[in-house]
Amino acid sequence: MITTTIGSLKKNSSSPRVILGTVMTGLSGLCMILTLIPLIAVLFFVFVQGFSRLDTDLFTQLPPPPGLDEGGLANAIIGTLVVVGIAVVIAVPVGVLAAVYLSEFSHGNKFATSIRFATNVLSGVPSIIAGIFAFGLLVSSGIVGFSAIAGGVALAVLMLPTIIRTTDEALKIVPQEIRWAALGVGAYNYQTVLKIVLPAALPGIVTGITLAIARAAGETAPLIFTALFSNFWPNISPQGLAEPIATLSVLVYNFAILPFKPQQELAWAGSLILVLLVLGTSILARLATRRKVY
Amino acid sequence: MQESLRNDEELLRQSVIELMDVDIFYGTYKAVKEVNLNIPKNKITAFIGPSGCGKSTILRCLNRLNDLISSFKLKGRVTYHGQDLYAKDIDPVEVRKRIGMVFQRPNPFPKTIYDNVAYGARVNGYKGDLDELVETSLRRAALWDEVKDKLGESGFSLSGGQQQRLCIARTVAAQPEVVLMDEPCSALDPISTLKIEELMQELKENYTIVIVTHNMQQATRVADMTAFFNAEAVGNKGNKVGYLVEFDQTEKIFSNPEEQSTKDYVSGRFG
Ligand SMILES: Nc1ncnc2c1ncn2[C@@H]1O[C@H](COP(=O)(O)OP(=O)(O)O)[C@@H](O)[C@H]1O
Ligand SMILES: [Mg+2]
Repeated sequence: MITTTIGSLKKNSSSPRVILGTVMTGLSGLCMILTLIPLIAVLFFVFVQGFSRLDTDLFTQLPPPPGLDEGGLANAIIGTLVVVGIAVVIAVPVGVLAAVYLSEFSHGNKFATSIRFATNVLSGVPSIIAGIFAFGLLVSSGIVGFSAIAGGVALAVLMLPTIIRTTDEALKIVPQEIRWAALGVGAYNYQTVLKIVLPAALPGIVTGITLAIARAAGETAPLIFTALFSNFWPNISPQGLAEPIATLSVLVYNFAILPFKPQQELAWAGSLILVLLVLGTSILARLATRRKVY
Repeated sequence: MQESLRNDEELLRQSVIELMDVDIFYGTYKAVKEVNLNIPKNKITAFIGPSGCGKSTILRCLNRLNDLISSFKLKGRVTYHGQDLYAKDIDPVEVRKRIGMVFQRPNPFPKTIYDNVAYGARVNGYKGDLDELVETSLRRAALWDEVKDKLGESGFSLSGGQQQRLCIARTVAAQPEVVLMDEPCSALDPISTLKIEELMQELKENYTIVIVTHNMQQATRVADMTAFFNAEAVGNKGNKVGYLVEFDQTEKIFSNPEEQSTKDYVSGRFG
């Protein structure tokens, strides 16, 4: 004879485990809301303050001289694009190729281990150090002076670790068997990397690059003493790139502390555009990741 | 084993790949010892044996795919039409053009079906009509009818069995002389498996095929020759080293093998 006793399956709401579970769930929900508050507050504040100046003048006019009204910050928008563009032109090829070396050709040797370590260290370096580096290398040495190029180099130094790390990781995710298959049909190593491995890793690489751009676009410290600032239209020619240039982040820094209302408003509008830029690139990064191959 | 091969002198003379006293090491670990084997031309040769006895290792050393493993070392000689594959002046890429490989898990490239098949021809600088090559290769792999209307779709959109046949088409399109297959059906359903077995029978008209399989019925169905490998413990650390037990006509291996361990293995008593 088999006898079994089946206990009640009903939830016992007074048991310590149930109570503890409820409390912990509530606590973690609370913490989540706490972390959201500053994020939402910043976005809200910037929107409210910057929205009133969001008109066509903003995107087509130069900043007004102190004391005058109206104007825009078109030169700073172009300047940010130019400086970040220079940084991208430098950091993307160097960073991607460095990661290709690490993941595909180093076979995990000592040299590769030390480069990976150096990359991690570099990603923790405060951005002002990148500025000092570019200042010492290009500005105080008199090679180009305060200029878009110097600013671009400073931002490139900041972008490199992100690009190297994300590309390295994206390449590692590509299954080993795909490389074997490519070699198995008679491809050389470089053909395998160029035609099979890099395309497979592309979404991850694009994500890394956009995140690096989003970070670099908002940096102020490294630009203050490399790209400096300018109240005029940027000159996008080889000589022009060797001259000081306005950028959104430095404009915000310069104008927010001026005692003039129009300039302060422009600083808010500039912040809003920066936030939207970063938001836009982050969304782009998300979209790229969604098309993941592996 | 020596005696029985004497009947196949014709076969021996036509061997494409010969292994002579091959020892294979991963670092200091000896994975395979003293393998002597001749792979006959336009025949299907099956490698059978328990897991870990070095079948994949030996297969990969036939087209120098083991070069990618930095700890890999080979002693002895592996020749392809009499040329030492491991001589200093051999280009492994040239070797792999002639000796293609199909892997255990289907591994199409993240590209379209067409580009998957065309890839090998493209990297090899193929001069002929690429469309035609893609079609004949897919036909050879018995996949053409299923994919002819969606050549532009990703290789990943196919089922597992179709993907494996795509991988075979990709290998065939590179126009090798020898096709190595490492358990090509182990991830497939029975119907796809049968398709691939039929395919191998057709392919052997033009190609020499070496297949690793865990499936005894498969070996008896497709293989002309069968090599049985086993592993034995060496030292007291539980290290195992693989070796060739017996190599003969498939019927002989499965009905009347020379070695007791072969008999035990093919009758399912171990492994
Ligand atoms: N890349 C590798 N590095 C080190 N040891 C390996 C490697 N590949 C296989 N081995 C070892 O070699 C032996 C034979 O493996 P393998 O050729 O895969 O056997 P099989 O295909 O017969 O199952 C195993 O002991 C395995 O652990
Ligand atoms: Mg294996």
